[in-house]
Amino acid sequence: MNVPVEYYMVLSGLVFLIGLVGVLVRTNLIIILLSIELMLNATNINFVAFSAHFGNLAGQVFVFFALTVAAAEVAVGLAIIIALYRHHASINVDDFRLLKW
Amino acid sequence: MATFVFLYFAAIILVTASLVVVLRNPIYSALSLLVMFFHVAGLYVTLHAEFLAAIQIIVYAGAILVLYLFVVMLLNVKRDERYSQQGPVALFLGAVLLTEAILLAVSHGLTVAAPSPVAAGERMAGNTESIGEVLYSTYLFPFELASLILLVAMIGAVILSKKGIMESKPRSREGTTHQSPGGVI
Repeated sequence: MNVPVEYYMVLSGLVFLIGLVGVLVRTNLIIILLSIELMLNATNINFVAFSAHFGNLAGQVFVFFALTVAAAEVAVGLAIIIALYRHHASINVDDFRLLKW
Repeated sequence: MATFVFLYFAAIILVTASLVVVLRNPIYSALSLLVMFFHVAGLYVTLHAEFLAAIQIIVYAGAILVLYLFVVMLLNVKRDERYSQQGPVALFLGAVLLTEAILLAVSHGLTVAAPSPVAAGERMAGNTESIGEVLYSTYLFPFELASLILLVAMIGAVILSKKGIMESKPRSREGTTHQSPGGVI
């Protein structure tokens, strides 16, 4: 492997940062879920890079588990979005202030 | 050569990830996320994780993103949404995290421990085969737990999005306010 693992760390850090900014800045619930997917992918890139760097397959197995959790999160999150849209006719985060003080 | 390939994948990944956050139409965001998934899969191939590359394309691009597109087109969202008002807070937190990262990188240096010679020597021959061996021996119990997570997610998604279950609750409680509280769940 010619590419040093630090490059992958920087790349995954930047992708994670973009996802974090997306969660904080956007108000559309679907875009927020997409940004969470970005963050999960950043961690997966890190896992695979270190797995290749140390020659240990445990990193790739954990990517498998992260993928399972991502699929579950998407299913439940989209179901929540549909239920919210059915009740309030909106998926804008600023419209939901029931739990805000 | 490998560095150029990595830089190409990294550039496309960063550009499409930014587009996911920046674009206003959710469909365009989902499609640029699709491009990003494919390039992440290419990055996995360069890291000799071919099984994960295939899984990335099949599960992420094939299942998860299709689910997103279904919901986006089902809801028919108006496009007049704006950015939220907590920009200053995000800017402050981002500045703090960035200075922290820069300080750490400067003081310690971005160095990673070199791989041990034994681990570097045993290169995995067949990627899928060796992942299967590790997954079904060492990580058997977490694997079973993952199936449990999927089951719970499936039941939860059905219950949350089914119409009758969510809306019969307030109606029945409204109609039976005079009865004993134990009768209504």
